[in-house]
Amino acid sequence: MSDADVTRPAPSQSLLVRNLVVFAENRLAAGSAVIVLVFVALALFAPLIAPQDPNATDLFSRLQPPAWQAGGDWGHVLGCDALGRDILSRIIYGSRVSMLVGATVVFIATSIGILAGLAAGYLGGWVDTIISRTVDILLGFPYLIFAIGLMAMMGAGLGNIILALVYKEWVIPCRVVRAETLATREQEYVEAARALGASNRHIMLREILPNFLSPVIVVSTIRMANVIILEASLSFLGLGVQPPTASWGAMVADGRAFIMQAWWVSTFPGLAILLLVLALNVASQGLRDAFDPRFHE
Amino acid sequence: MSEPLLSVSGLTKVYRGTPGIVGRLMGRPTLEVKAVSDVSLSVERGEILGLIGESGCGKSTLGRTILRLHEPTEGAIRFDGIDVAALPPREMKAMRRRMQIIFQDPYASLNPRRTVADIVGLPLQLHGLARSKAETRDSVAAIIEKVGLKTAHLDRYPHQFSGGQRQRIGIARALVSRPEFIVCDEPVSALDVSIQAQIIELLSDLKRDMGLTYLFISHDISVIGYLSDRVAVMYLGEVVEIGPVQAILERPRHPYTQTLMSAVPRVEAEGGRKRVRLMGDLPSPLDPPGGCKFHTRCPLATDLCRSRAPVSQSVGIGHHASCHRLNESFNLLEGETA
Repeated sequence: MSDADVTRPAPSQSLLVRNLVVFAENRLAAGSAVIVLVFVALALFAPLIAPQDPNATDLFSRLQPPAWQAGGDWGHVLGCDALGRDILSRIIYGSRVSMLVGATVVFIATSIGILAGLAAGYLGGWVDTIISRTVDILLGFPYLIFAIGLMAMMGAGLGNIILALVYKEWVIPCRVVRAETLATREQEYVEAARALGASNRHIMLREILPNFLSPVIVVSTIRMANVIILEASLSFLGLGVQPPTASWGAMVADGRAFIMQAWWVSTFPGLAILLLVLALNVASQGLRDAFDPRFHE
Repeated sequence: MSEPLLSVSGLTKVYRGTPGIVGRLMGRPTLEVKAVSDVSLSVERGEILGLIGESGCGKSTLGRTILRLHEPTEGAIRFDGIDVAALPPREMKAMRRRMQIIFQDPYASLNPRRTVADIVGLPLQLHGLARSKAETRDSVAAIIEKVGLKTAHLDRYPHQFSGGQRQRIGIARALVSRPEFIVCDEPVSALDVSIQAQIIELLSDLKRDMGLTYLFISHDISVIGYLSDRVAVMYLGEVVEIGPVQAILERPRHPYTQTLMSAVPRVEAEGGRKRVRLMGDLPSPLDPPGGCKFHTRCPLATDLCRSRAPVSQSVGIGHHASCHRLNESFNLLEGETA
């Protein structure tokens, strides 16, 4: 039996390990990933890290400048806002809202998108028609205006922000998954599973999905940056998390009235948004490059 | 003679292409392709029925429609006395344990993301044929060794195997649930010639050991001739001739079968057969010719052939052919109409 003896050697590393090595070699992306992890740590351990209580007001410190400017002190490194609250502490606590909304929205939206995309792509027929038309309609609305409308209807609050963003966000993974499913369901191994008597559920979740799950997850991390910007925008417009809870978008809005006298109130939370979103984008593109073999040389 | 294991009568499979909203408004007609057209045949228990024809003639569609991987448009499929075409989903699932398929492409037919143990164990899991994980693994290991692989291979992924080995995995998957009937859909045509022989031997040994019945689809006449007990010849979705392998190979009656046989290379000192060439291509199944579907390429076609479709006639023991000119006892392999 000559053909039984030519088994190729098993690769010494799993695909995941090899992809992570490729990712780590991309220094810009790996550095960005470290920045993202720092923000994650800030969010998780905010009470341990923040130098002050983020909601403690001190009217004697109103609009106190950052420590390195005249009138500043090292008790409030980035200065204070109009109510004398410590800006650094509020930025650290504000990262919790951004991270929570970003991660939750992307997780829920990706889960819904995967299921809807699989159903549309594999079952076809009227299921596909309903899902695909819904996707088309949602894509027709500008994202932010859609979310503002929903927030106006549902009222402000953390849970409602997540809902308002999920309503539209699931469309993106859904379209990707539907297209991949259409291609994968024509494979003979799917027909083999049907010939064996496998249920649609088994075929969709066990035979089709594993073939493109990791790229879909990677793509969804790219979306997290977008969701964080949208949350900041809604909070800026006063439709997001309600005061006194610290949120970057709301902090930028708070400082707007004093931008000429106290630039630091708006600037530092704005920089935090910029840094996190930039780092997320660069890191997730690095992930995509590492996990998509087409980008390997 | 006892009842055949599988009998198909009047089986038809039509694919419809809907032209879409714009097309319908423009009055474009629905496209129809009759991939399988009014096919009747039967397979006895323990027999190998070879199914032969050019690519695109509907061989694979017939095999898959019998297994209801594609739903039949018309006709009856009786398997062991049960009308498979009318089975509700739950009973169809149970029936799938008894009838299986081996695919042509050993690369596309195995999920790259699952291990050999998962792939081969799936039928046991789906049909509740093993009480525990250990029992599943034992059954999988047993069948894996039976098809000539090693138990050490169980935790590997398909890409770690050669084409021949992958086809063995596909065979193990089809056989692990102890089916009675297997559709072999060109199981060796994607393999190297040296490995083809091994797989054919394996299929033939397994058939004997496990008491299987095969519908063996191929375009390779020598493979069909080696394995089959009987042979059916398809042209444009119809079975044009069916009979014992000896008769089809040595005394083919339908002009299409005769031209097929003349294409087989032979080693003969002198004389030999005449080579008959078919003119033109297979007509488009979207617009099949009227009358006898073969008339556009048949060297013997008459006005009758162009206007009326022939019916199947008996031309020997268990040997049937559909042609208007059968009683003229022509043989294209020896010369013009005798």
